[in-house]
Amino acid sequence: MAAHLKKRVYEEFTKVVQQHEDLSTKKLRLTKPSKSAALHVDLCKATSPADALQYLLQFARKPVEVESVEGVVRILLEHYYKENDASVRLKIASLLGLLSKTAGFSPDCIVDDAINTLQNEKSHQVLAQLLDTLLVIGTKLPENPSVRMRLVEVACKHLTDSSHGVRNKCLQLIGCLGPVEKGVAKEAESQAAKDVQKIIGDHFNDQDPRVRTAAIKAMLQLHERGLKLQQAIYSQACKLLADDYEQVRSAAVQLIWVLSQLYPESIVPIPSSNEEIRLVDDAFGKICHMVSDGSWVVRVQAAKLLGSMQQVSSHFLEQTLDKKLMSDLRRKRTAHERAKELYSSGEFSSGRKWGDDAPKEEIDTGAVNLIESGACGAFVHGLEDEMYEVRIAAVEALCMLAQSSPSFAEKCLDFLVDMFNDEIEEVRLQSIHTMRKISNNITLREDQLDTVLAVLEDSSRDIREALHELLCCTNVSTKEGIHLALVELLKNLTKYPTDRESIWKCLKFLGSRHPTLVLPLVPELLSTHPFFDTPEPDMDDPAYIAVLVLIFNAAKSCPTMPALFSDHTFRHYAYLRDSLSHLVPPLRLPGRKLVSSAVSPSITPHEDPSQQFLHQSLERVYNFQHLDPRGIQELLEFTIRDLQRLGELQSELAGMADFTATYLQCQLLLIKALQEKLWNVAAPLYLKQNALASTAAKQILEETYKMEFMYSGVESRQVVIIHHMRLQAKALQLIVTARTTRGVEPLFGMCEKFLQEVDSFQRCFISELPHMQGSFVDKLLDLMPRLVTSKPSEVVKILQTTLRQSTFLHLPLPEQLHRATANIIEPTGESDNPLRFTSGLVVALDVDATLEHVQDPQGTVKVQVLYPDGQAQIIHPKPADFRNPGPGRHRLITQVYLSHTAWTEPCQIEVRLLLAYNSNRSKASTRIPKSTWSESLEALPPSENGIEGTIPFSKPVKVYIMPKPARR
Amino acid sequence: MPEIKVTPLGAGQDVGRSCILVSIAGKNVMLDCGMHMGYNDDRRFPDFSYITQNGRLTDFLDCVIISHFHLDHCGALPYFSEMVGYDGPIYMSHPTKAICPILLEDYRKITVDKKGETNFFTSQMIKDCMKKVVAVHLHQTVQVDEELEIKAYYAGHVLGAAMFQIKVGCESVVYTGDYNMTPDRHLGAAWIDKCRPDLLITESTYATTIRDSKRCRERDFLKKVHETVERGGKVLIPVFALGRAQELCILLETFWERMNLKAPIYFSTGLTEKANHYYKLFITWTNQKIRKTFVQRNMFEFKHIKAFDRAFADNPGPMVVFATPGMLHAGQSLQIFRKWAGNEKNMVIMPGYCVQGTVGHKILSGQRKLEMEGRQILEVKMQVEYMSFSAHADAKGIMQLIRQAEPRNVLLVHGEAKKMEFLRQKIEQEFHVSCFMPANGETTTILTNPSIPVDISLGLLKRETAIGAAPDAKKPKLMHGTLLMKDNSFRLVSPEQALKELGLAEHQLRFTCRVHIQDPRKEHETVLRVYNHLKGILKDYSVQHLPDGSITVESILIQATAHSEDQGTKVLLVSWTYQDEELGSYLTSLLKKGLPQSTP
Repeated sequence: MAAHLKKRVYEEFTKVVQQHEDLSTKKLRLTKPSKSAALHVDLCKATSPADALQYLLQFARKPVEVESVEGVVRILLEHYYKENDASVRLKIASLLGLLSKTAGFSPDCIVDDAINTLQNEKSHQVLAQLLDTLLVIGTKLPENPSVRMRLVEVACKHLTDSSHGVRNKCLQLIGCLGPVEKGVAKEAESQAAKDVQKIIGDHFNDQDPRVRTAAIKAMLQLHERGLKLQQAIYSQACKLLADDYEQVRSAAVQLIWVLSQLYPESIVPIPSSNEEIRLVDDAFGKICHMVSDGSWVVRVQAAKLLGSMQQVSSHFLEQTLDKKLMSDLRRKRTAHERAKELYSSGEFSSGRKWGDDAPKEEIDTGAVNLIESGACGAFVHGLEDEMYEVRIAAVEALCMLAQSSPSFAEKCLDFLVDMFNDEIEEVRLQSIHTMRKISNNITLREDQLDTVLAVLEDSSRDIREALHELLCCTNVSTKEGIHLALVELLKNLTKYPTDRESIWKCLKFLGSRHPTLVLPLVPELLSTHPFFDTPEPDMDDPAYIAVLVLIFNAAKSCPTMPALFSDHTFRHYAYLRDSLSHLVPPLRLPGRKLVSSAVSPSITPHEDPSQQFLHQSLERVYNFQHLDPRGIQELLEFTIRDLQRLGELQSELAGMADFTATYLQCQLLLIKALQEKLWNVAAPLYLKQNALASTAAKQILEETYKMEFMYSGVESRQVVIIHHMRLQAKALQLIVTARTTRGVEPLFGMCEKFLQEVDSFQRCFISELPHMQGSFVDKLLDLMPRLVTSKPSEVVKILQTTLRQSTFLHLPLPEQLHRATANIIEPTGESDNPLRFTSGLVVALDVDATLEHVQDPQGTVKVQVLYPDGQAQIIHPKPADFRNPGPGRHRLITQVYLSHTAWTEPCQIEVRLLLAYNSNRSKASTRIPKSTWSESLEALPPSENGIEGTIPFSKPVKVYIMPKPARR
Repeated sequence: MPEIKVTPLGAGQDVGRSCILVSIAGKNVMLDCGMHMGYNDDRRFPDFSYITQNGRLTDFLDCVIISHFHLDHCGALPYFSEMVGYDGPIYMSHPTKAICPILLEDYRKITVDKKGETNFFTSQMIKDCMKKVVAVHLHQTVQVDEELEIKAYYAGHVLGAAMFQIKVGCESVVYTGDYNMTPDRHLGAAWIDKCRPDLLITESTYATTIRDSKRCRERDFLKKVHETVERGGKVLIPVFALGRAQELCILLETFWERMNLKAPIYFSTGLTEKANHYYKLFITWTNQKIRKTFVQRNMFEFKHIKAFDRAFADNPGPMVVFATPGMLHAGQSLQIFRKWAGNEKNMVIMPGYCVQGTVGHKILSGQRKLEMEGRQILEVKMQVEYMSFSAHADAKGIMQLIRQAEPRNVLLVHGEAKKMEFLRQKIEQEFHVSCFMPANGETTTILTNPSIPVDISLGLLKRETAIGAAPDAKKPKLMHGTLLMKDNSFRLVSPEQALKELGLAEHQLRFTCRVHIQDPRKEHETVLRVYNHLKGILKDYSVQHLPDGSITVESILIQATAHSEDQGTKVLLVSWTYQDEELGSYLTSLLKKGLPQSTP
């Protein structure tokens, strides 16, 4: 088992490497003997229908060139008339349709033949297939109304067929091809349009449910194509809601919805009374009724559509949440009402007494309407439905309606809160998200908040995080509410310490939203006492930090608050402001000069001093030309150090700073390598010393790949520079090899390859070359004619001099640059207990990581496991293991299978995340289609620059494991 | 007029002892065979002597159907089949068949061993009775005999509860048993298709109640338990072993799982373990969630819920205990209650109704000092909570089911008369169907109007549909044919075939009519004029002028003779067979209008 698994893992690993070997195939244009002729021969050879069918099946597997389509069609048609067997005719008919779909083929030449085939056909199945073919032909000819009209006429003629299949297809055809133009050619066209609607409408009462469904679908199709449906259909559609068959009902619900959107304000009479209501309200009531349909498919459909009916009057809307309770004919209050009353009476929830919910007033028996015709309780039913699909749909609909109506949002709150306890996690998650979306319309009551907070203990991380997000944007009404939220969040923190970041973030928003509610809580939260000094809390306690985050964020807009702080609070503020700058805002504290107070919000981010600093230091670097080599090196080193530190401090500039630091690092390495003594030493001696230069070259290569693939927001201007740097590194490599190897033969190949690369560089980045005056490549291209003809040794010499003379290219910075980062949350690497398992078997290791600014993580992110014996495994997580909680953020939750032979002692393995790249699908080439070089890139043989590899982009985590020998 | 007769032997305007007799199209079916909880004398079982005074019940009943395993629906079964004597088939669902004997055995033990009754059914009788049971699957149509067929639908309520459709020919009855229209933590909602039965017999326990959402109750329950456990208190939940207990277990189990709680949950042993075993087996009868997740983990294999041991009650720290019986009147639940009642940190949650006189009822009505046996006084300091978890359809649910099934008549059972009356009015008002609520022993007769199927020969059908407009399913269509009633079957055949089969000779029936026309011309000229006239009008028909001076239009013959008295008046003799009646009468009316003035 383990062996098998390991094998699988390796297979997966090796698969990546092999992927690009077959890419060098060239497109060949083969002139084949005409396909039609071959088919003709085949069909003539066929002795029995079964044979013919086989030939046709084989034929259908291969594509047909555009030129020969018509010929093939003719042969097929010819055979069609001769064929007696219905199945073969059926296949031919379907082939005709398939062939008409061929790109570039215009089927108007075969329309007549196709229509003719219909005339003498007796088999219903073949007839249906032929109509399908006509449909394909019709859709291929969108700008030929006369053909379409003809096809529609043909379909109308066959509507009386006794087979449901044929009628089905006819209706489909009419729906897809029926004329929808109006206004322009009024008389004839609109007359026909009316006819089409009438024809389809007549089939609403067909005896076959499938045909009824098809008729409704055809009507919907017409609507989608822009025909305005007549209001008269509405009453017909309403009757269809009571159909026996679910697919009919489901389609009818859709039709009613469409009509309600078309004629929302029309007035329709209520049957059995003299009153009239708006059509949209009537439709809403009807669809609500379908939420308690017998079939769950219809229920889902209805619940979904409810959400998008926004013109409904609020009176109707609010009925959906209404369900009059009664017990023994006496009115009973719902638990929601009771909770509300309890709250408004100022009494905190006391234990419920027996009979607390005892019904109060008598109900007039006549007034109770058990099945309301209207919308009553639709959502109450939908949210209680048996199928979670219906419940999710209902929650979504609630969300959409609540977003457009604040009063409805207020009302549906109780129901949403109830959904937090659903048995299916998806539903819970969905309702939390919904609540978050409508949270600006609502204020949570204390009892509701209580229920919401209870979910914080959920063991599912997704739920908890969603809830934190919800709390970030909730309005709380009382200070008790805030206190409750804080207490529950701290409880959550102690139970699930990994939620730390998310909880802090949540408290940050909670604090900044409710400064006035936090204010009275401050003494209690900081446990200050008016007379006594209280012990200073532990600064490393996450719970204490959480409290401080809440208070500091509240204090930002509440200037009186700092007066309540004790001394150590100020000290802690300074510390947190520095260490958790993204959570703690700058505060105006009395008697304290603030470092960051200089940053007034009016200054735009471009003038941000840190940004200025970044640019200044870069300017300095680019002007180093007149410095001595020693000075250059030092300057570079300092700047790199500065940039790295800047990146740590200013998270929004981290990407930019790292990117430039990496670039400078490359340059530094290059300079160092070129200044090595080895160049002056005689050949035999530098064998030993070349180590530095060759490692430098290798490192530069690695760094350039990192620059190209690890940052999101890299533009073509940067890509050029990166490629240029890579080219320099390759030149360096070539020189070093030339120096260290004896003999010329290997050099030939290398030179050849290098020159090819220069060539491809030139072709790719031709548009950018003017910006690269005086650079390595610029000079190289000037010398190109000479290089091509000269011997390898000369090439090397030329390269060496150009490399030394070339200038340092200015790296322009893009607007936005983010470095892909990954953080492994689980495993934590802190455990001292080895994970024990029997050798040869597998153990599953849960890996949980957050990824930021990774594009297409499904394709690029891998997990690497390094064993102590140097073995490495690369595991591809399943696409489903990635979740996308926000823009630019991803979450990887997966399981990694480990296995190894027995060890005598527990030992640590390393787990890390890798970012796989492939220079073929270079980011630049996919992103910038406008530039010319991307087109020329396609012409290149792809293997030339098809280098792939992986970049480790997370800190490795150590996991203690112990494979035990198997007991026999 | 055919009719369906329904006589409740139990559950007519009453709860308990469900037993309803239905005779439909000559078949007699007994629905449920329950006992009454409230009585200990003869009244606890239905009065089977109503069916027959002497003689075997088997001769009078075609089958017995049991809807679910609650004793008020199946408690009298061994008595009925073994002691009164019935050997016919008994139908029930698979889970019911599995669990029913456990409950019956328990019931027998309590009655015989505890109360010391004699003349009660024995264990062997339960076994023998179960041998007569035929288990059915959901939606499986079972042919009881050639005409009678039954079909089970899902009913929620408890594991294995089913609704049954009983069908003979075109007449059908649906019996719901107890059902639940809102899903709960372990069971789904009842569902039925649009089967349009002649009669729907539905329970009406909550005829006058519309219930609040289940979620609030669940949430309250969980919150209470959670708070108490966090405080370090102990929670006692007295339950009956089957049904709600499993729902509460699932509820707590998932909550524990979700919230990562560690406090132990115990379930007092007994028949529960056996029953849980069956719950594990019959996953298909549970709700969506359990059905979908059982591949990973069967929800009834509880991780957090362990078997209870008497000694655990004294353990320190928080815990939750499910203990039987549910009304705190005896047994383990009462013992635990006594131990824990003194501590205000603890809590007891009553999940159901308590009969008057039990400890459960007393504490629920607020009594804090209880007198136990031996004159000792127990002071109740623990919190007392009431949570109603009931699995019957409420008024809305009943209406919803009626809407789904679209019956022609409704009959209410299993409820109180006063409440039924309200629901009856509502049903008649909303659905415009008649609704009945017979008392026990009262027979309700429902007239049905069954459609009678007639066989038609394909040739005739094709011929007749080809004539006239295209077939339209929504409109009745007129057909010509001969109805043959022979050997208890109906057939529609063509006249020729009917004659042939019956061995009769065909008789021609002709209508003749004379039409007087004022025309002074010669006879043959008149004929010619008539011919031309008809030819001009009846373009679609073949009009022929025969050499003998007569005209034929299809098979209609027209001859002209001069009037014997007045030569200016010609008499046209029109003659047609009755098949051509339509054309013939049209022709005469045409001729009566006279000929157009000729323009020579």
